[in-house]
Amino acid sequence: MDALTKKELLITATKIRMAIIEGVYNAKSGHPGGSLSIAETLAVLYFVHMRVDPANPKWKERDRLVLSKGHTAPALYGALALKGYFPMEDIPTFRHVDSHLQGHPDMKGTPGVDMSTGSLGQGTSAACGMALAAKLDGSNYRVYGILGDGELEEGQIWEAAMFSVHKKLDNLCLIIDNNNLQIDGTLDDVNSPYPITDKFAAFGFNVITIDGHDVEQIDQAITAAKKYKGKPTAIILKCVKGKGVSFMENQAGWHGTAPNKEQYEQAMQELTAQLKQYEEAV
Amino acid sequence: MAEIIKKATRDAYGENLVALAAEYPDLVVLDADLSSATKTGMFRKTFPDRFINVGIAEQNLMSIAAGLATSGKQVFASTFAMFAAGRAFEQVRNSIGYPHLPVKIGATHAGISVGEDGATHQCCEDIALMRTIPGMTIINPADAVEVKKAMRAVMKLDGPVYLRFGRLAVPILFDESYDFAIGKGMQLTEGTDVAIIATGLMVAEALTAAELLKNEGIKARVINMATIKPLDRDIVLKAAAETGAIVTAEEHTIIGGLGGAVAETVGEALPVPVMRVGVNDTFGRSGPALELLKIYGLSAENIVVKAKQAVEIKKQSCR
Repeated sequence: MDALTKKELLITATKIRMAIIEGVYNAKSGHPGGSLSIAETLAVLYFVHMRVDPANPKWKERDRLVLSKGHTAPALYGALALKGYFPMEDIPTFRHVDSHLQGHPDMKGTPGVDMSTGSLGQGTSAACGMALAAKLDGSNYRVYGILGDGELEEGQIWEAAMFSVHKKLDNLCLIIDNNNLQIDGTLDDVNSPYPITDKFAAFGFNVITIDGHDVEQIDQAITAAKKYKGKPTAIILKCVKGKGVSFMENQAGWHGTAPNKEQYEQAMQELTAQLKQYEEAV
Repeated sequence: MAEIIKKATRDAYGENLVALAAEYPDLVVLDADLSSATKTGMFRKTFPDRFINVGIAEQNLMSIAAGLATSGKQVFASTFAMFAAGRAFEQVRNSIGYPHLPVKIGATHAGISVGEDGATHQCCEDIALMRTIPGMTIINPADAVEVKKAMRAVMKLDGPVYLRFGRLAVPILFDESYDFAIGKGMQLTEGTDVAIIATGLMVAEALTAAELLKNEGIKARVINMATIKPLDRDIVLKAAAETGAIVTAEEHTIIGGLGGAVAETVGEALPVPVMRVGVNDTFGRSGPALELLKIYGLSAENIVVKAKQAVEIKKQSCR
């Protein structure tokens, strides 16, 4: 990856983070923690890899993204707005009664949302269905599913995992946000899905573990997934929940809490400083 | 009287999947390791490349069906009613219902006539569950002809549909001239003393009941209500106005199914007595299907009893 691309991706990821904070603050509710952790991933997916056309969101041959961890919709909305699916001005309407930006993604209302999700576990199966449709049609579009690590406690994830390997869905790439936190605490406190890598490997996936905030590693992993034939890929992202906002980092309490005015201002100040730093970098 | 020909609606389902597949190249069928029982096995043999077995994983079945539907496939997702509407309820609600995807849920082995497998597999709650999902169409065909007509009709439907089929062979009531329309009930007999609104295998029982009532001087209007949602309000309210007494008959719990839908409709617009024949808020048990139907009151005889009660209530309220 050249320096300019990297710089642009870091800027985009930061802008996604600002959109997350903007949306959640204005909604006075929402899920900032797990949204902030996938900002780099969405930047790399939408701005490097995914073959999409914001002017034609339902284009049949487009790559698809299913946000199986649908509560992190603020991150998806940020990426979609930056990509041009709808105006950035929509972001502060998140979760408001007249907004198309629902608390969890709604494929009927929001351009660019490929699947309605929010009930954990289901999106991964839907992604399998899309990948299977591509295989049946002889199309070469790819399907990305973004999952939470806590979401791996849902049994349906493993039904889908078994199915995707059985059907050799090598056009499917599952990306697991392993930030180690869920609502009630750490994964180990609640009901550990570890070892995550071994589980996906045992199910027959091509497994890649990377730093989930390193855009170069994310790019390389997605490229490797595209080249891998015969099996779906699982990319395990080692992430920091709440990444980019100092007081939200690694705090389970910021899973589903909105910042107050002071916290909002501090968060935006921090993100603005990060943005400036990336913009000024050579 | 002509010889009664019987056929299970699940058999008709399997046959018509094969028939429709030639016409609809995007039609795919999903099953959860029950293809020999749901009769999707016929499709599996004829179109192996368009048959997807997800294994024993009904939640996955419904969400995969949703994903396929987003990408242009005409999906039939099949398993037993218990698992389609029960186990996978939330997948049907959130993955299929909320995005209003045109998935066709082919639920077989509905009701108590599953027989020997007993209570765990006798799903008498599915209509009630599916009715609560906004935009869901529910069709419960009475015979093999209605299955054929309904399956052809749902191919044009822009939204989810729950098709309810039985394991037991039931009489063929209709001929090919039968003009099926989604959301339209069909009056089968003339009568103004009482209306019997029936669905599924209870339509045949309702026709027998009407004969028995005729012998006692009660003229019963029998209505076949294949589509339970959206309910044909017009035919229900017309029956309420012209007969003043209604009996519903379904192989389903009396809570929330056809009886519930009819009672809600007349209760709000034109209150008349509505007596519900169905499974009376109880679990089933093992036994031969025909015996179970009698034990649980899913019979012409019980419809007659309820019809007389409805007529009696009507008379009392007129005094």
